[in-house]
Amino acid sequence: MTTGYNFAYLDEQTKRMIRRALLKAVAIPGHQVPFGGREMPLPYGWGTGGIQVTAAVLGQHDVLKVIDQGADDTTNAVSIRRFFARTAGVATTTVTTEASIIQTRHRIPETPLRAGQIIVYQVPLPEPLSKLEPSRAEAARMHALAEYGLMHVKLYEDITRFGHVSISYDYPVMVNGRHLMSPSPIPAFDNPKLHMSPALQLFGAGREKRLYAIPPWTEVRSLDFDDHPFRLTRAPHECGLCGADDSYLDEVVTDDQGSRLYVCSDTDYCATRREAGHGG
Amino acid sequence: MADDTLLAARGLSLAFGRVQALAGVDADLWPGEVLAIVGESGSGKTTLLDVLSGRLRPDAGVAWYRDPDGALHDVHAMPQPKLRALHRSDWGFVRQNPRDALRLGVTAGGNVGERLMAQGNRHYGGIRDVAENWLHRVEIDTARMDDLPRTFSGGMLQRLQIARTLVTHPRLVFMDEPIGGLDVSVQARLLDLIRTLVAQLGIAVVLVTHDLSVARLLAHRIMVMQRGRVVESGLTDQVLDDPHHPYTQLLVSSVLQA
Amino acid sequence: MLRVAAVAKTFVLHLQGGVPIPVLEDVSFSVAAGECLALSGPSGAGKSTLLRMLYGNYRADSGHIRVWHDGDWLDIAAADPRAVLAARARTLGYVSQFLRVVPRVAALDIVAEAGGGDRDAAAKLLHRLNIPPRLHGLPPATFSGGEQQRVNLARGFIARRPVLLLDEPTASLDAENRDIVIGMIHEAKARGAAIVGIFHDAAVRDAVATRLYPVTPLQDAYDRDHSDQCHAGAAA
Repeated sequence: MTTGYNFAYLDEQTKRMIRRALLKAVAIPGHQVPFGGREMPLPYGWGTGGIQVTAAVLGQHDVLKVIDQGADDTTNAVSIRRFFARTAGVATTTVTTEASIIQTRHRIPETPLRAGQIIVYQVPLPEPLSKLEPSRAEAARMHALAEYGLMHVKLYEDITRFGHVSISYDYPVMVNGRHLMSPSPIPAFDNPKLHMSPALQLFGAGREKRLYAIPPWTEVRSLDFDDHPFRLTRAPHECGLCGADDSYLDEVVTDDQGSRLYVCSDTDYCATRREAGHGG
Repeated sequence: MADDTLLAARGLSLAFGRVQALAGVDADLWPGEVLAIVGESGSGKTTLLDVLSGRLRPDAGVAWYRDPDGALHDVHAMPQPKLRALHRSDWGFVRQNPRDALRLGVTAGGNVGERLMAQGNRHYGGIRDVAENWLHRVEIDTARMDDLPRTFSGGMLQRLQIARTLVTHPRLVFMDEPIGGLDVSVQARLLDLIRTLVAQLGIAVVLVTHDLSVARLLAHRIMVMQRGRVVESGLTDQVLDDPHHPYTQLLVSSVLQA
Repeated sequence: MLRVAAVAKTFVLHLQGGVPIPVLEDVSFSVAAGECLALSGPSGAGKSTLLRMLYGNYRADSGHIRVWHDGDWLDIAAADPRAVLAARARTLGYVSQFLRVVPRVAALDIVAEAGGGDRDAAAKLLHRLNIPPRLHGLPPATFSGGEQQRVNLARGFIARRPVLLLDEPTASLDAENRDIVIGMIHEAKARGAAIVGIFHDAAVRDAVATRLYPVTPLQDAYDRDHSDQCHAGAAA
């Protein structure tokens, strides 16, 4: 552990401030709580919100897993994992079941989370209404009064233009029947995993200095119409490495002839399956 | 206020700095009635519309509204969520410039359907059926239902705004110069459309206009405003054909004969 | 059906320094069902003004204009606007000299709307008044003066109101159509309508009027000219 920094980089007052905001966020599921975001040693868009939330909830005995698009071995995931290994000295892992805290960008692990785990999402745009309502004050009023008809207008427009809701990631959800929430840019495929999860789910947006939460066992519904219900979309393939037919797949171009390989985006899930003898 | 009044205002006053925009205005509106508020720019007619609809709060006076269940509400004492819900359901507001009211990046059908979705309608097919019916009623080719309004003419935009407003069958609609920004060639068509829909649906309308011919064609009663006061009011044709107040006589005599 | 008592009317022209123009004074008469009262007197005497007052279009300064409406007497001179509108909707019919409608509405629709939506009856009446079917679907703004007046007459007669007010109903009509209108007025009387009219044409007046009510000018010729100007402006 590198000396010269406070435990987990942030000073204790800042962590307390973030924890207070998190308590409020947990108390009002899906509601965006402003917090005093700090400058972090990485640029906005690289997970500054998630990293501050992780720093605020991290304890000495936690085991940290960091994924980026489902992968443990991408630059961003590796950097953040190493950052906390250095500044907090905590144990790290790539195995979902072993982790007590998972910081993620754009995915939820395939392996179901369990009670006691915390998942921290990196959020670029916390306001689900931002593309529809340019005024932030008006958007706040709409949240306050639960006026979410406009969001359905967006879905209506999608169905009208494309025959189905074309939102494939960051698909808006209604949390606890009250607050409209952006689930961060996870694929819509992951949306059902938000619902009634035994784990605590925390969301941090560094640039926008907002955080929000879904407490364990909270109802999370993807918006839809009665006659156009929310449907999972998944590439119609099996994983080329482990043969999984239930996981979210990345498409990898393998040569300049247009050959493609579909592989699990969750590298831990894929590796675990292969160790168990599955193959593509 | 009488038992069957839809909207009643007493002693509404509002000053902007030293300008007295409204001075002791009384008004009554019955279900299905069209009330025109006329006067020149700065007479306070738009301010009155904003105060009656709860968009502005008066310095003094009160405005009562009777909901469909017969209960009375002080418009300016209503909680914000309730007033906003009212504006999405039992009330409507038609602005002079439809671009201020419509969502130009949303299809015509989506614009009409928004109030339905805001009320919790979650059936896509049902919303489309209602929207299609309303586009037909305001004489917009239903083949344009999935087009963006920015490709529409001014008259079509205004008709779309009317469809978007009336889709929830409001009982009270506030209109601010609804044909003011349009070419003369399309004004007559829109006037006739408004007149027909208002009569068919039995909608009460508070209509602000500076155009006396619009007031004559649409309104049962008229209120003439000058410097924040109502100087004359009564039956529309009576006030316009036999004006008593000097200001009304001036207004009436200033109109060019077509 | 109609009782007029001590009605007076003075126009005050505020734009001309508040000049008062007295037009009518102490007008009293009554009209029974089946009667046709013709207002007589020289041009500018105030006949049209009086007729408009009976309809509630001009206000009376004093006196009473009582109409038998919905089983009771309603004083048009004192009634609130909604009561006047109700009387116009069910009791009072008025045929003005000029047709004023929304430019886009077809002749047939104008008449049918006045007749409670009965398009067949509207078409029949227009036909009777020699408005050919090819014109029924067109807005009357493009019609000749005589055609417009006949549309106006159809609109006034279709609803069979108990009280009918006719302002020069045959002014722009040829002899044939004039006779048709005379026939319609006779039928209205026969069904029990009380009619008050201004008939410039002596032959028409003699044919339909059961009584005359003379309206005498209160002003000399000079003031009358002013009064006419006021009317023209006020009727905008």
